[in-house]
Amino acid sequence: MPEPLLSIKDLVVEFATEDGVVKAVDGVSWEIYPGEVLGIVGESGSGKSVSTLSLLGLIPQPPGRVVHGEAIFKGRDLIKLKKRELRSIRGRDMAMIFQDPMTSLNPVHTIGYQLAEAVKTHFPHKKDDEVEQQVLGLMKAVGIPHAERRYRQYPHEFSGGMRQRAMIAMAISNDPALLIADEPTTALDVTIQAQILEVLKLAQKETHAATVLITHDLGLIAEMADRVLVMYAGKVVESGDVHTIFRAPRHPYTIGLMDSLPRLTQEEDWLRPIPGQPPSLINRPPGCPFHPRCFLSQGRTRCREEEPPLRSIAQGHLTACHFAEELEGRASHFAPLDSVEATAG
Amino acid sequence: MTAAVAGGGIVSPPGPASEEVFEAGLEIKARSQWAYARRRFLRHRLAVGSLVVITLIFLAGAFAGQVAPYRYDQLDLTNLYHAPTTTAHHFFGTDELGRDYFSRVIYGIRTSETVGLFVAALSTVIGVLIGALAGYYGGWIDNVLMRLTDLVLTLPALAILLTFSALYGSGNKWRIAIILALFFWTGLARIVRGVFLSLREKEYVEAAKAAGAGDLRIMLRHMLPNSIGPIVVNATLTVGQAILVEAALAFLGLGIQPPTPALGALVFDGQDNPQAWWLTIFPGLTVVLIVLCVNFVGDGLRDALDPTQRRIRA
Repeated sequence: MPEPLLSIKDLVVEFATEDGVVKAVDGVSWEIYPGEVLGIVGESGSGKSVSTLSLLGLIPQPPGRVVHGEAIFKGRDLIKLKKRELRSIRGRDMAMIFQDPMTSLNPVHTIGYQLAEAVKTHFPHKKDDEVEQQVLGLMKAVGIPHAERRYRQYPHEFSGGMRQRAMIAMAISNDPALLIADEPTTALDVTIQAQILEVLKLAQKETHAATVLITHDLGLIAEMADRVLVMYAGKVVESGDVHTIFRAPRHPYTIGLMDSLPRLTQEEDWLRPIPGQPPSLINRPPGCPFHPRCFLSQGRTRCREEEPPLRSIAQGHLTACHFAEELEGRASHFAPLDSVEATAG
Repeated sequence: MTAAVAGGGIVSPPGPASEEVFEAGLEIKARSQWAYARRRFLRHRLAVGSLVVITLIFLAGAFAGQVAPYRYDQLDLTNLYHAPTTTAHHFFGTDELGRDYFSRVIYGIRTSETVGLFVAALSTVIGVLIGALAGYYGGWIDNVLMRLTDLVLTLPALAILLTFSALYGSGNKWRIAIILALFFWTGLARIVRGVFLSLREKEYVEAAKAAGAGDLRIMLRHMLPNSIGPIVVNATLTVGQAILVEAALAFLGLGIQPPTPALGALVFDGQDNPQAWWLTIFPGLTVVLIVLCVNFVGDGLRDALDPTQRRIRA
């Protein structure tokens, strides 16, 4: 096993709200290896964004607070780093791609200026024309045509897809070791999503950066991720490599997520949502946080009283369900599985 | 593919469309925010007219030595209390010592514009600094700075101005200007704080943070340019207000001391002799004209620099 690039242990992040303390991330551990794409899925509010943003010191503090845990990146604990040290890592060793390209670029500066700034923040002594050449190269690499003209244009002259390309170019500009993509395609329309997916893959291949892909789009996960982490109510409920998770999910929540998507292979009148709502993070249900919505639980007292630990049920496959074994043999009907198998075969 | 979009509604020529569109110069010319702002301002006729007038007035003041027919303290004892006339260039008449009032008004403009511009510049610097720090950092810094602002706002400005100018300011326009600036920054500080508070939540600020930018860089490069509109408008309006307050102080006999002419002091001198109406009317009108023009320019800038406003008011 190679050394993990980033290894998170027992991370707890809390937010102080008027109604009480919210544990947005509750004892999450994971690691990512060089060159790997780790997909994190979950509903809104499951803590998938907060668990990564907090590493970079990008959650508002207060009210947010990393209460506990460590995050070892290249031998240093990110949680313990000083603000200044963390800043020198942000954008250089660890870069982010944000959800909404329409608002993530500053309207008063040209695209070229903003890309150049991303480089110059970390290499202030680089010559201007050298930086410009580098930026033009990046713009071409992510598929922005007429880079020389586009360099001098403002964000409002860019379409959504082109802006997201610019954001990706900005993220990879300093050749980061870790790329964090927080719902990179959510704000784009479907045809553009496919293009951006290609750019992301390309960027990942070019830079060999390990990538954390945060999304609730299972299709995107199936297309890009090597390993998947499923989060629910601030906890990891299942993790494993992408084939295992899609072909043999062993947590009722994962199965519910996949079943909620419409299948393309058969006529369907209704979607099958997971019943109920995600739990309030202030008033967690006792025991397994998923039990009020779970088809396996069905009033079993163990689900209500005992919180299931994340346990290994197969090589590299972890799940947090007392009765995971009962799911044996249950295949998922998830549509993109075909494409996974196609690429795998 | 966006290249074709940049070509606007023009029917794309066959073949590799985008390149040809560029080469034929068919694409819509890219306009920066500034170009839009300039266009919006130029369509605001009252503001443009006011800008021309105020520029002429300020130029006359700046080059008072060249423009004025006489020196401001030059006596003409054969023409005491002369009504306005074109003979001997006494356009605004003369006072009890035969001094040419037209020349004195022009020198008065020089004093007023110096004070107005300096107050605007200094109070803008103070206001932006305090507002930016309060809005960006929030927390106790915000609290301290905003309570300081409240304190300055609650002080009875006129009484303190009178005391201060009586004690320290008399006779020197720079001292008057500094004292005024110490009162004029509060409005802008509040505005800038508000703008920074909302900009702090913008995603491009978060993106800049994620790219490793420091506090200073984010404030100067990302937030300040986005708040330039209200700052410029406020600075412009401050010029007018400062001129008005300086005139009021001078009228009350404080501020700039004779023989250096100040517009307010000229009105004050003139009121002793109601028959010589020109001694109050002309400097008074000049103050009104300056402040009116400055405010119209400010209004025009406000409309022009507000990017959410696409319509142009006539």
